[in-house]
Amino acid sequence: MRYINAICACLLGLLISTSVLAASPSEAQQPLLLELTEVKLNKALPVLQQLETTEGADMLALFKTMLNGDLYYEKETRRLIAALKEQSVTRYSDLFSGEVLSDLSKKQVRKIKVNNKLRGYLGEAIARMQLNHPDSAVRKDAVRSLFSDLGSNTITLIRDARLKEQSRSVQEAMDVALALYRARHAEEATDRLQAIKDLEGSLEPEVRNQLTQLAENDPSRSVRKAAQTGLDKIDQQAEMYGFINQLFFGLSLGSVLLLAAIGLAITFGVMGVINMAHGEMIMLGAYTTYVVQLMLPNMIEYSLWIAVPLAFMVSGLAGILIERLVIRHLHGRPLETLLATFGISLILQQMVRTVFSPLNRQVATPDWMSGSIEINPLLSLTLNRLYIVAFALLVFMILLIVLKKTSLGLNVRAVSQNRDMAKAMGIRTDRVDAMTFGLGSGIAGIAGVALSQLTNVGPNLGQAYIIDSFMVVVFGGVGNLWGTLVAAFTLGVANKFIEPVTGAVLASILVLVFIILFIQKRPKGLFPQKGRAAE
Amino acid sequence: MKIKHLVSGIALSMGASVLSISAMAADTIKVGVLHSLSGTMAISETTLKDTVLMMVEEQNKKGGLLGKQLEAVVVDPASNWPLFAEKTRELMTKDQVDVIFGCWTSVSRKSALPVLEELNGLMFYPVQYEGEESSKNVFYTGAAPNQQAIPAVDYLMNDLGVKRWVLAGTDYVYPRTTNKILEAYLKAKGVAAEDIMINYTPFGHSDWQSIVSDIKSFGSAGKKTAVVSTINGDANVPFYKELGNQGISSEDIPVVAFSVGEEELSGLDTKPLVGHLAAWNYFQSVESDANDAFISQWKAFTGNPDRVTNDPMEATYIGFKMWTQAVEKAGTTDVDAVEQAMIGQETENLTGGMAYMNKNHHLSKPVLIGEIQDDGQFEVVWETEGVVPGDAWSDFLPGSKDLIADWTAPISCGNYNTVTKTCSGQNY
Repeated sequence: MRYINAICACLLGLLISTSVLAASPSEAQQPLLLELTEVKLNKALPVLQQLETTEGADMLALFKTMLNGDLYYEKETRRLIAALKEQSVTRYSDLFSGEVLSDLSKKQVRKIKVNNKLRGYLGEAIARMQLNHPDSAVRKDAVRSLFSDLGSNTITLIRDARLKEQSRSVQEAMDVALALYRARHAEEATDRLQAIKDLEGSLEPEVRNQLTQLAENDPSRSVRKAAQTGLDKIDQQAEMYGFINQLFFGLSLGSVLLLAAIGLAITFGVMGVINMAHGEMIMLGAYTTYVVQLMLPNMIEYSLWIAVPLAFMVSGLAGILIERLVIRHLHGRPLETLLATFGISLILQQMVRTVFSPLNRQVATPDWMSGSIEINPLLSLTLNRLYIVAFALLVFMILLIVLKKTSLGLNVRAVSQNRDMAKAMGIRTDRVDAMTFGLGSGIAGIAGVALSQLTNVGPNLGQAYIIDSFMVVVFGGVGNLWGTLVAAFTLGVANKFIEPVTGAVLASILVLVFIILFIQKRPKGLFPQKGRAAE
Repeated sequence: MKIKHLVSGIALSMGASVLSISAMAADTIKVGVLHSLSGTMAISETTLKDTVLMMVEEQNKKGGLLGKQLEAVVVDPASNWPLFAEKTRELMTKDQVDVIFGCWTSVSRKSALPVLEELNGLMFYPVQYEGEESSKNVFYTGAAPNQQAIPAVDYLMNDLGVKRWVLAGTDYVYPRTTNKILEAYLKAKGVAAEDIMINYTPFGHSDWQSIVSDIKSFGSAGKKTAVVSTINGDANVPFYKELGNQGISSEDIPVVAFSVGEEELSGLDTKPLVGHLAAWNYFQSVESDANDAFISQWKAFTGNPDRVTNDPMEATYIGFKMWTQAVEKAGTTDVDAVEQAMIGQETENLTGGMAYMNKNHHLSKPVLIGEIQDDGQFEVVWETEGVVPGDAWSDFLPGSKDLIADWTAPISCGNYNTVTKTCSGQNY
């Protein structure tokens, strides 16, 4: 949330800076502003520091524009201008008057460069200026971003702001800041003890660092003890939230596995076709997302919703085509099917290389999927992963409904259980086969849309997921959708809990070894089919 | 383009081809190009193939070399490491090339190396690598660890005050060796073991959640933290995305990468990367006349105004220039004569200053640190004063501390032990 807020705040700031008339800079500020356009990158910091403290016009707009990398100056007049980038067009406006300068071309302006040092300073300076911002969320973020840099100037500002502060949560953040300062600088041990008491309950990393320092280095024994007690409490909480965090990581990896495998659960699980081109169906879905964004550059925010049905159609049609042209003719010959679909996967990869280039394509992430929800300083959930967990479950539910409640689903189940009997009952099995394969491939296409937000969209995208997909389906039990669900989440969570201990490389090896052993014991997976369907 | 027509003509008339090849062999100098044009490495290597073709074309416009025209022979080792050895043999025996420009990954170079030494060939290797090698038959025009990794760490330590280090890499030879060198270097600089976190991930890793979360908690211990990334290729994009999503900005924890260049950035959304760092010997954004000319030549050659240039291209450029100079100096394309003539060659860097070929077959080049900008280019924030000579054998690894490479008489050895005063006998 903090991250999103920061972005919102910046965007808001930009809007204000470009639309509302800001006061023009004072005489003391003028030479500094001029200097800003002339000074070298590594000498800009003192100029900015002076600007922050010099009386005159509000420098918030300047700092924000600069932090965003949108600050330019006109080469001729050296006046500062803000750039507003909209898709491919860049508009310029005077930073202080807000006047739109439509006749300025790219050649007449030069960017004022920023580096990390300046960005760090600008962030803090903006936070100091925003301690009195009307929005309480902005104020809170401002206070929190100042935790790491509590100088005496900053503390005075926070102290003043604390007197006027009305919002409960901002007050708490300010109290933490003040207590942090006292814990660091107070002369008397009793003051430090009191500060430690005030810090209790806060999970901010800076608080933890401060307590660690006090517990190790404080001259007073009682302070050291109190700090240690506080530290233990925080560590206890950290352990719990760490566990929740890992569980979330596991679920999110599981949901990716589920998405990748669920289409295969139909083509391989239900139909029994070993489809090595499954990964390429995912890839086609991802490329569909890319094409949608390419065609509709103004609708990045909605592109995913447009891409989902399109990807389903593209991959579904490709699947039906493959079924009609190749797989049908190899019915009942699994080895040949495997080889043929492997060949198809290579053809599709090379086709994508030829059409789109071998380079990875850029798929933008919509703003609503960026950033994270911060529940507390120790636990934040990334939004894209949250959405994908929800999306995977949604796709799973829809697929379940299709198979259980629609006539297509009925036919599919009938054919997979007993092809000859279904045929005898008048079901057109070849048509059902094509539809089933199309459905499985279409779902893979949808998975591709989701994966385009997590990984690279390139010709090798499919290969990265094909093994995982087979692993999940086999582990869960062929022909059982619920098995796929449980298997995906089990493997995801197991992987994420092993990873911190062994490292990523060994974790995936261990999971594979586990599956090999498991399949030895239970060749039919977690949920084997029972009864006649199993034969 | 002439050559392409020629080649396609040859392909069309198989009968005539035998004649024309033997006819051309007499009056052309053959330049072998050994870069993958298909498979996973095609992304990076195709660019270098085009660079060599562009340089050949330019040289031919200038009247060729030793009065002969240059002819490029392009083969495709298809990102298949053993195939690099076969294709090298094919280039050397069947096509009888005079020089080879090629390889990207270390494993492909290691695969071609025995063939080169057996047949006494000459190869220019244009990519940054882990060092610990010097062959008589190879010139290394990319950066050795002391021309990329060590200066980057120095920058982070001295200019950004970094105290805690995450060494994150893909699990293969280049990151493992580089991180070993960096770890030894950091410890020599007084960094405690608990302030170094080392992490390896498989190729193409895409689920970075727990690793980034680990980095986040490692970095919240109150000391300035930086990530030194030897993460390779594709895996970088999800890594940077996850950093952005978990709210880690470049001001909090900067990431300095050794494998992310302009070409890699051109395929992705740069929003989450702005402010992160990369260390190279060349950036497209560096303003110099030579660089401007090179960029416009490249754009004209590829016919694409959006094409970017990158560090391995500059390394190819320098290698090619030096080779032509050495051939002219030696007056022949004979490998032994050219090899000796190469040492001491100087040619202009695209970023200004002169590149110098040392006795150990490595270049002296400047080192630049750049911050990623939102347009996919780099803004140089730091550079070394003058050039840094490439070190074949790292001074920070116990096994190679005493080794040097010197291909001039009387040592003439790729791994000469300065303590025991012996050449270990291996060729590399």
